[in-house]
Amino acid sequence: MVEPTIYEISSNGRVGFRFPESDVPRVDLPDRLKRSDLPFPEVSEVDVVRHFTHLSTLNYSIDKGFYPLGSCTMKYNPKVNEAAARIPGFSATHPLQPIETVQGNLALMYGLQEFLKEISGFAAVTLQPSAGAQGEFVGVKIIKAYHQSRADEKRTRILVPDSAHGTNPATSSMTGYEVVGVPSDARGNVDLASLRDICDETIAGLMLTNPNTLGLFDENVLEVIEIVHQVGGLVYGDGANLNALLGIARPGDLGFDVMHFNLHKTFSTPHGGGGPGSGPVAVTQKLADFLPAPIIGIVEEATEDVPPLYGFITPPKTIGRVKAFHGQFGVLVRAYTYIRMHGPDGLRKIAEHAVLNSNYLLSLLRHRYTLPYDRTYMHEFVLEGVWADAPDVQALDIAKRLMDYNFHPPTNYFPLIVREALMIEPTETESKQELDAFATAMLKIADEAHSTPALLKEAPHNTPIGRLDEVKAAKELVLCCWLPEQE
Amino acid sequence: MNTPKNLKYASSDEWVLIEGDVATLGVSDYAQDQLSDVVFFETTVAVGDTLEKNAIIATIESVKAAADVKSSVSGKVIEINEALADTPELINSDPYGAAWMIKVELANPQEAEVLMDAEAYAAFCETRGH
Repeated sequence: MVEPTIYEISSNGRVGFRFPESDVPRVDLPDRLKRSDLPFPEVSEVDVVRHFTHLSTLNYSIDKGFYPLGSCTMKYNPKVNEAAARIPGFSATHPLQPIETVQGNLALMYGLQEFLKEISGFAAVTLQPSAGAQGEFVGVKIIKAYHQSRADEKRTRILVPDSAHGTNPATSSMTGYEVVGVPSDARGNVDLASLRDICDETIAGLMLTNPNTLGLFDENVLEVIEIVHQVGGLVYGDGANLNALLGIARPGDLGFDVMHFNLHKTFSTPHGGGGPGSGPVAVTQKLADFLPAPIIGIVEEATEDVPPLYGFITPPKTIGRVKAFHGQFGVLVRAYTYIRMHGPDGLRKIAEHAVLNSNYLLSLLRHRYTLPYDRTYMHEFVLEGVWADAPDVQALDIAKRLMDYNFHPPTNYFPLIVREALMIEPTETESKQELDAFATAMLKIADEAHSTPALLKEAPHNTPIGRLDEVKAAKELVLCCWLPEQE
Repeated sequence: MNTPKNLKYASSDEWVLIEGDVATLGVSDYAQDQLSDVVFFETTVAVGDTLEKNAIIATIESVKAAADVKSSVSGKVIEINEALADTPELINSDPYGAAWMIKVELANPQEAEVLMDAEAYAAFCETRGH
């Protein structure tokens, strides 16, 4: 049954609490400040509690079930992260406190910078960006600042492969660059011949997602980076898919110049609506001076008896501050906790199991779904959600039907280079039983697509609300049940 | 799939109608079918603009994807279909008629000759599946 809105529950005159008798003289507001049409819901305390408790049980979340949302790395978030973030020494501090009184916080941030440097193979890190997209923006601003610092003004274009993350072209465009697409070859790698053709001295850089959004590691990554470097461009690494590489390969060693991390993906901090996100950026030594200010550093070295004093350092050619205070501190505590809980060997196991789970799941599905690139995949893979002998069914219908089997749908219609794309990322946190259950549902849906397509076209059937009208949702942008009158 | 014989087609799925030195542009039936329900249309050029070949002239958003529309010819924009922004669903229902997007005065009429005819375009779409 659909839960009514809080306005529908409202009953005239009902209240949650009563104000005590006023002990000051009553003053009437002037008429011009009064209005009679503000429809606050009139409800009791228990009405509110039951309404929102019921709504919360309708939510689908990683704590409730499998969430194979490709490219989003919806891994389980261990509860120890939450316990650490709630330690009063972290949760009850203020970013404007004198640094001497928050040395624990600063030591944690410094330690996280050092961990991320080691994991990625870079020389310096900022923790400021508040999401992956802002991390990208910071990274490309740094590329721009680097070229400008050398009076190299002719570079006006950024290359973005067609298998890149959707935010990459947006980032380049927002930073004032012209976006130039680079096609993929038949194996899903960057097409080297096209790349060579496009590369010249107007190229500021290339934004590369590796593994890419097909879930494929670019087999020519070293050559791709070399081609861009040869014309004086820099290479940006989109770290959204870092989960596949942890402890195995380091973007800095591969020749990337700058990258961002998604702490809310790779390092198990809350994600999606639960965020906030966090998108630290790492750079090579030659770009370190351009990082946003401040970064965390040691301002007084340790002596025999006294630990070092951590504080704020402004890089000499900084692009400036990109976030109030010092990033999403509570999220940084969670990511730090996750890294400490696993250690170097544990992080490598995460990547190994993420890749193993993905290929295991693919092996169960590939005989019923078309796989556009026949290769071994990394942490995710992309199938075509369409069959020639079931012409009515599309990827969207498969995604909707999965909800009837109590699974969150995978990413669909992305990447654009695969028709009717279904991008599936199981992550390392799922058991064989969970993967088997998901595969069973996917195979059953493939059968239904051929025997009873209407079942898919009208799905979902078992959710509180059935198939939503996506056209109406996109065109009639009225989210509110009541709008103030326009004057 | 419908591919009218009197039109020329680009590999990026735009159609062109050549009448004298004026070209009318839109997107093909195949393109609208791939996009599915179109919910937004916006031209990115104005009457009087000079277009280079392959310049982006409009953006389409559907419930599945966003796509740029390119001009497969060069020339000057002489007319824009203003109604399409309010009724983008015409791109689904009448891609070759009411959903024309812009008219261009051709700078180089020979350019259209390299585009595909209806038969070649239909075959090209066939190779990409449906």
